[in-house]
Parts: sequence; structure tokens; C-alpha cells
Amino acid sequence: MKAMRKVNGKRKMTLRGKEAVAGFCFIIPFLVGFIGLFLPMLFKSIAFSFSNMQVGTGGYVLQKAAEGGLEHYKRALTIDPDFNLKLLNAVKDMFIQVPLILIFSFFAANLLNQKFKGRGIARSIFFFPVILTSGIILGIESSDLLQQTLGPEGMLSADDASTVFNISKFLMNYTNLPATFVNYLSEAVLGIYDIVIASGVQILVFLAGLQGISPSLYEASNMEGATAWENFWKITFPMISPLILVNSVYTIIDSFTSADNELMTLIKKTIFSDVKYGFGSAMAWIYFVLIAVIIAVVGGLISRKVFYTD
Amino acid sequence: MEDVRKLNNGAKFSLQKLLPRKKTAPGVERRKKKLTPARLGRIALSIVRGVIVFGICYVILYPVFVKLSVSLMDESNLYDATVKYVPKTFTLDNYRKVLKGLEYGKSFLLTAVISGGVAFLQLIVCMLTAYGFARFRFPGKNIFFGCVIFTLIVPPQILMLPMYMNFRFFDILGIAKSVTGESINLLNTAGPVLIQAITCIGFKNGLYIYMLRQFFKGIPKELEEAAFVDGCGKLRTFVQIMMPVAVPMMVTVFLFGFVWQWTDSFYTGMYMPKMALLSNKLSGLATTIAAQYKDMGGSMNFVTPGFASMMNNTGVLLVILPLVILYLACQKHFVEGIARSGIVG
Repeated sequence: MKAMRKVNGKRKMTLRGKEAVAGFCFIIPFLVGFIGLFLPMLFKSIAFSFSNMQVGTGGYVLQKAAEGGLEHYKRALTIDPDFNLKLLNAVKDMFIQVPLILIFSFFAANLLNQKFKGRGIARSIFFFPVILTSGIILGIESSDLLQQTLGPEGMLSADDASTVFNISKFLMNYTNLPATFVNYLSEAVLGIYDIVIASGVQILVFLAGLQGISPSLYEASNMEGATAWENFWKITFPMISPLILVNSVYTIIDSFTSADNELMTLIKKTIFSDVKYGFGSAMAWIYFVLIAVIIAVVGGLISRKVFYTD
Repeated sequence: MEDVRKLNNGAKFSLQKLLPRKKTAPGVERRKKKLTPARLGRIALSIVRGVIVFGICYVILYPVFVKLSVSLMDESNLYDATVKYVPKTFTLDNYRKVLKGLEYGKSFLLTAVISGGVAFLQLIVCMLTAYGFARFRFPGKNIFFGCVIFTLIVPPQILMLPMYMNFRFFDILGIAKSVTGESINLLNTAGPVLIQAITCIGFKNGLYIYMLRQFFKGIPKELEEAAFVDGCGKLRTFVQIMMPVAVPMMVTVFLFGFVWQWTDSFYTGMYMPKMALLSNKLSGLATTIAAQYKDMGGSMNFVTPGFASMMNNTGVLLVILPLVILYLACQKHFVEGIARSGIVG
């Protein structure tokens, strides 16, 4: 690909070259932000985590931390009593929540994609959590005492929790289902509110994908006498599989960075209330590396099964 | 696609009408539709579906109803075991207190201006970037798009501290320092969020770019080619041809940006904790009101959990009310925009 070419002795841009220049012009804002702000801050953050910082009136001074700069990392992983526990909890919560959210949002999107009366109203209510669970409102809610006693979970804990408990006991005694599976399900039923409110964006993404599947595929398979069940597994599921990848990555990030995540609160508190800049940055980096590894592994596993049409 | 289906249905429908009906003898009642297993199955399915949809809607809306009922109660009602949902002593007093505690008028305006500005800037900038990624070939495109996704994956908490320092001692290439001898302190102004918005590294901007790119990719190229042939420039094509088509998606992105800035506590708490913004006011609401109450000669020595919770519930209602109105106003576009984005891979 040549950007320039000599025409009649003058250097002129080829069409390709012009297109490239125009493309760069359009993405200038992002390039400025990414190269000018994002990357420097990322590197600064790494530098902070390896050093001690002193803030003065005119700026700040960095000093290399002890033990070859690794002091904060060592402290977070081996000395600090809270960090490891909260890190493990965050990972555990993520592995419990993410599959449930994915399954629920997929189910809900399928539901909302069917034709029935009041579909418009149902759709707007299903997307309502996008508003309801953002930022400060979620924070207030999780710290609120009355909500905990009056809210759906509190309400459940009185009568329904015992019902759920009885059912799960019944399942364990009279069926061959493994106990962990039954426990997982009963926990899911009790935590339905958390799952529902965390899946607004995912439902949107799945719904968009479902609407993008060409109806002619279904028409053809119906002609051949396929049942709805076969249609679902042979058409809907493969066609939607790229979005399962997108959504699982999004959900993992969302669960790791949500405002009510304990570890996030701990990091913020360490940096701003306790004024331990280096230590806080080190914690954040350990956390980020863990997230990145998990996303890479999960993404790698799922993308093997993903079906692309082209 | 929808249209085709409709057409098909219409054709079927008219065909049925054209077919001669079975003759029924006069006097004999027309038989009801037969209850075939297939029909029974369909009815059962729609009942099950109705129950599930209703149940989920209930789960979503229940907390809002609880808030509404609590906000209309007197505090004594909270401790009364006979009161559930319907307040015994109906009062608007909570609202009066919260409106005053939030300084609603002032903070509403300020929040609206900042959220609107941020959402608008994000929308414009993300649209340009997304269009660039969707339509032009240039070297390193995939790498740069990978960078977009990367910004989405990095949790903002990692960048929290450098960002804070960056805006506390703000400077572009050392210009400010050489002019005034000092760097600029942008904290407690709208500067940081606006700068982040205009450079595409604001809250979840990667997601917006991604959504918009998929949308633009789904629009047939012929539209623009026609414009190019007629001698229309690239930017003008974008403004006059692409933007009108993209209205539903634009509404969606604007709504996301607006809502997330409106309720944001992360950046707001970090960059502008002293500004009169709704999310700032809301987090300290109960204590503020208790203090005001004390000044007026009230006998509130400490904040009871019931009181705090009541104030919080009322406050949350007042904060999300404008968002709900906005959401309902553009929900048609919102749903349509999502439906047509056709996000794949």
C-alpha cells in the first residue's frame, strides 16, 4: 500500500493514502486521549506502585520503595490481613454471579424478543435497572438499613428462604443432584434481585443480537420441519455466540469494578483516606493483573466455541 | 426484516379471507375454535410467559414502590408493626426536608448542565471516532481498536491516583507553568470530567465507541458512496448522511452518558467533592438534614437509622425522578437504537 505516488513529477496522495489520513483525522480525539492522557497515567500508576510519594504544594516527589521497589507488593500479598481475603472473595463472587447473569440475561432477551401484548412496557421495565443501579444509587442502597430489611432479599429471608431451604433439602435427599449444584441454585433464587439489576446492559446486547438474526434462516429450517427446540440450538445459539463472548467479558469487568465491590472500596480508602499512595496503587495493580488473566482465560475458552458467519 | 414478516402475515391473512368459508346450516351455532393440543400449548406458553415477565417486572419495580411508600410516611410509622406499605400518617414532610437538604434547585441545575455537557461531548467525540473505525482503512487500525477495548478493561480505580494528581497539578506541555509559574488546579471544577469526555477516556467511553462502530458498520455503504459521487466531503457526508440515520443510537449513547454522569459518585467524589452536585449531596444527606434540624432548635441529638434511611429513600427518588422522565421520553428511540445496532462480535 503506497500512500504517495509521483504523478507528472509531483508527489501526490493515492486514494488509499487519502483514506488513511481521513481515518486518522476522525479518530484524533481518541488518539489524543489515549496517547496523551491514558498511557502516561497508566505508566505513572505503575511507577507509583513501586515507590513512595511525597506531596508538596508545587507537585510531588517519588522515592524508590524499599526491597528493590517491591515493598508494597510484598506487603499487600504477605502482610496485609484484608487484601488476600477480599481478593479471593471478589473472584469467588465473580464466578458465582457471572454465569447466572449471563443465563438470566440471555433468557430475558429471548423472552423480550417474542411477540406478546405489552412487550414495549416490559422492555422499558427490563432496561430500567440501567438507571436504577448506577453509581451513587447503588451505593446508597447497599448501605441502607431499611432496604435491607424491607427490600426483596429481606422479604425473602423471612418465609421464602425457608421454602427455598426445604426445596433444596428435598432435592438433595430424593434426587441424585450434587449438593454443590443444589446450593448454587438455591443461592441464585435468593439472590435474584442482584442478578436482575446487574443484567440491564447484557439484556440489551443480547436483544440486539437476536434481532439481527435473519428470519430467513428460521423460515428455511421450518420448511425442513425443524422444531422450536432444534431451531434454538442450531440457529439462535450459534448466531448469538459472539455476543456471549462480549457479554461475559463485559460482565466480568462490571462485577470487578462495580461501586459496591469491597476490594474497590478498600483500594479507594487506602489511597484517599489513609494516604498510602504507593500501597494503594500496588493493590490496584495486583487486582488488575488478576482481572486481565481471568478475562484472557475465559475469553480464550469461550472464543474457541464461538461461531462466526464470515 | 420486520416489514417482510408483516407483509407475509398480511398475505396469509388476506388469503384466508379469500377462501370460501365452510357453510354452516342456519340456526346451528358456529362452533367455537377447537381446543387442539397445539393451541392449548400456545395458551399455556403465553400464560407462563406472562407470569415470568410480570414476576421479573415486580422484582425490578418493587424497591421503587417501597421507597415511594417509605417517603410518604412519618418516622413513627417505621417502628409501627401494623404499618406495611400504606402509611398511616400520610405526610409530605420528608420531601420538604430533602428538597432543602439537597438544595434541590441549585444542585439540580448544576448537575443537569454538567451531565448534559459531558454526555454531549462524549457523544460527538465517540461518534467521530467510531465512524473513523467503521469506515476507513488505515495502517494500525486493528491495534488502535484493540486500544479502545483496552481502555474499557482497565478499571478506572487503577488510574484514579495519577488522574487525581494530573488534574490537581494540571498542565499542557508545561505552558501554564511557563506563563504563571504554577500549574492549574482543576479540582472542584467541571474541567476534569469535560477533558475526559472530549478525549474519549471518560466512563465507559470504550463501550460507546464499540456500540457506535457496530451501528455504523451495519449501515449500507451505498448511502455514502452516492454522496461522495455527488462531490460531498467526508465530514459533510458524516454530518448530513450518517448522523440522521444514527439518531436512535445517538439517543441511546446520550442517555447512557447522561445517566451515568448524573449518578456518578466515583469521579464526582474524586474531582469535585465540594461542588453542589446531586450525587455529592445525596451521600451526606441524612447528616446534613439532621444538622439543619438542630439549628432550627430541633431535639435531634443523633441520626437514627430509620430517619437516615427515610431521608435516603426520599432523596434517591428525587434524584432518579428526572432520569425516569428522560428515560420514558426517549425510551422508544432507546429500544429501537439497541435493536438496530446489531452488535456482532
